[in-house]
Amino acid sequence: MPLTRRSVLAKIATAAMAGPLGLEAAQHVHEAAAAAAATTGGLYKPKALTQHEFDTLKTLCEIIVPSASKGGAAEFIDLLSSQNPEMAAIYTGGIAWLDDAMKRHYHADFLAAKAEQRTEMLDKIAYRKNRTAELGPGIKFFDWARRMTVDAYYTSAAGIKEVGYVGNRGMKEFKVPQEAIDYAVKRSPFA
Amino acid sequence: MFQITRSAPVYDVVIIGSGAGGGTVTKVLTDLGISVALLEAGPMLHPEKDFKEHMWPYQVPHRGAMEGGASYFGRGRAFGFFSAHAGGWQLEGEPYTVAEGSKFNWFRSRIVGGRTNHYGRISLRYADYDLKPYSRDGIGTDWPISYEDIAPYYDKAESFIGVTGSKEGIRSAPDGVFQKCPPPRVHEVLIKKAADKLGIPCIPNRLAVITQDTNGRPACHYCGQCGRGCIPSSNYSSSQVQVFPAMKTGKVTLITDAMARELITNDEGKVTAVSYIDKATRTEKQIKCRTVVVAASCCESTRLLLNSKGPGHENGLGNSSGTVGKYLTDNTGFSLGARIPALEGMPRHDSDGMGGAHLYIPWWLWDKKTDFPRGYHVELGGGYGMPGVGTFAGVCEQHEGYGDSLKKAIYEDFGTHVGFSGRGEMIPNKDTYCEIDPTVVDRFGIPVLKFHFKWTDAEYKQVEHMEKTFTDLIETMGGTVVKRDRPVESKISVGGDIIHEVGAIRMGNDPKTAPLNKYCQSNDVKNLFVADAAPFVTNPDKNPTLTIVALAWRTADYLAEEMRKGNV
Repeated sequence: MPLTRRSVLAKIATAAMAGPLGLEAAQHVHEAAAAAAATTGGLYKPKALTQHEFDTLKTLCEIIVPSASKGGAAEFIDLLSSQNPEMAAIYTGGIAWLDDAMKRHYHADFLAAKAEQRTEMLDKIAYRKNRTAELGPGIKFFDWARRMTVDAYYTSAAGIKEVGYVGNRGMKEFKVPQEAIDYAVKRSPFA
Repeated sequence: MFQITRSAPVYDVVIIGSGAGGGTVTKVLTDLGISVALLEAGPMLHPEKDFKEHMWPYQVPHRGAMEGGASYFGRGRAFGFFSAHAGGWQLEGEPYTVAEGSKFNWFRSRIVGGRTNHYGRISLRYADYDLKPYSRDGIGTDWPISYEDIAPYYDKAESFIGVTGSKEGIRSAPDGVFQKCPPPRVHEVLIKKAADKLGIPCIPNRLAVITQDTNGRPACHYCGQCGRGCIPSSNYSSSQVQVFPAMKTGKVTLITDAMARELITNDEGKVTAVSYIDKATRTEKQIKCRTVVVAASCCESTRLLLNSKGPGHENGLGNSSGTVGKYLTDNTGFSLGARIPALEGMPRHDSDGMGGAHLYIPWWLWDKKTDFPRGYHVELGGGYGMPGVGTFAGVCEQHEGYGDSLKKAIYEDFGTHVGFSGRGEMIPNKDTYCEIDPTVVDRFGIPVLKFHFKWTDAEYKQVEHMEKTFTDLIETMGGTVVKRDRPVESKISVGGDIIHEVGAIRMGNDPKTAPLNKYCQSNDVKNLFVADAAPFVTNPDKNPTLTIVALAWRTADYLAEEMRKGNV
């Protein structure tokens, strides 16, 4: 049978349900995994980080991107760290720096500190303008954690859905919604 | 893998390389009933298995960052994990060298289909004046052929591979045989309005993507992932569109993982065999031929000729002119992007479309005076691409902070950026060429290429013009360009970066200055033909692939006719 666009579209539609995970299906799988992990007390065993480091990272990721755990951010970072000593050093070193800085200021490590104490520290290391000899390493570490947490979340089914990407499908005819064109033109210098 | 038999037959035609040039020659000759042997330095391509079309980033644990997060350290696959390309800027055990004071990057894909498996599919005809540049402005050299000579082959190429576009009647961008181009995306609508206001043409793009079923290939399904490879083959790749169908005729002996080392000649100076390294066993083998078509890519073909030395051709085969390796050029490259406020908050929709822009800007000042010779075309970027690792690195950098405000910034930023990339003509110069490095061999013992590369004022001024044009377009659309004072040397692409190397084995009318005649046949060796971008005399402001296909088609027709007449 000759390959036609109709058969290609049908194949993509079937594949989205059966083979490679479609967005909805993947979303369901992610949520199911999260629910399972919650009921069993979290089964993920860190590969590169110690349990303390991993728990700290997980908390940090969740603060950087609320609901980052739905995107598996800490697991993503731990996995890549397990494959790359250079990456692992960024995280083990960074988490140790964070705990040490927290203890100096609040006499408690990051996990043990109060929420407002964590916020106070993160409000410093989340911005380049606060760079000092003391905070420099923390700012650099936070940069890494932010970037990779964002990557993990927005490459997950939950993040892709949240940001509003609706493509990766097949369509018979490419059309651009008139309302989108009107919206942009109206707000442009060409209105 | 396909093996040759022990009795070692003599093939009428041995083709070296299965990219745009080699794929086209294979298709044309087998259509005429001629049997060929096709040598490919890489493995077989299996689109269903090799292409990552429609894969979501979360379907791989590293999300596309690759093992150990290589992409965070600027390592890993050149265009990312999901790209269809094989090979890259560096190949393990197969180095090239760059002369002191030069910068050059060489992208090699060793696989059936070569670089056509992943390329941008932009398919632009050269203009009549592109082929006669010296007659027009006194710089460089005219081609030995005119637009009328190549136009019928552009027709054949476009009809067969399928190219989108529209009839525009613009001299710098000749019309062809086009399929319908899908409508512009929202950001492209705005770019067109800006271009209109500035008096710059902005027209439907010319991509080797089919929008109607063609020769058993289904029309595009608009997923925007051409660069990942198209399993249904709705875009052009020589592997899927030419080599695989040709193999079904039974007239192709494909030998994969065969790295051509040298062309062997007899006392009459004709090529009698191709010596190659069988990579699987790392042994040298030879395949006998009556004619040979070298289509290994501009620089790889050059390397093969220069490495084919013997009595009477001590400087390489087909090189009595001494010009093999000279006149090498790449296209110029410069890019600029900005966020467009009018796109913020737009109702989300699927903007995937074809894997590339739906509009482009052809060179528009060809009849006006500029402070640099020749011109450039402009490629457009933007839309809601599938999020990947690094997509929001810019927002993170700018917004900083964390939490809900960061998420909001990311949501608002998504799909609001446009990008412009210029691709322009480089004038051949005496400081830009490749030669055999006398001290380095690859893992097969084959001497490697050494590159010399230099941009001149002609290219620098062109890039300054690009920057001004792109800034004007962005500001006209309501965007803001962050002005950065930096030397022009840091704005222009590095030689080779655009992957449009052409010209190192030129065609011409005078055997003293050009190794090939006007049919891309060697002046010195009558049964040797070159069918990639090496024969190009200049590198106009158009991507070379369509012209490689058209020129290779013309060469194959000529070769078949010469064979019929008994001349080769």
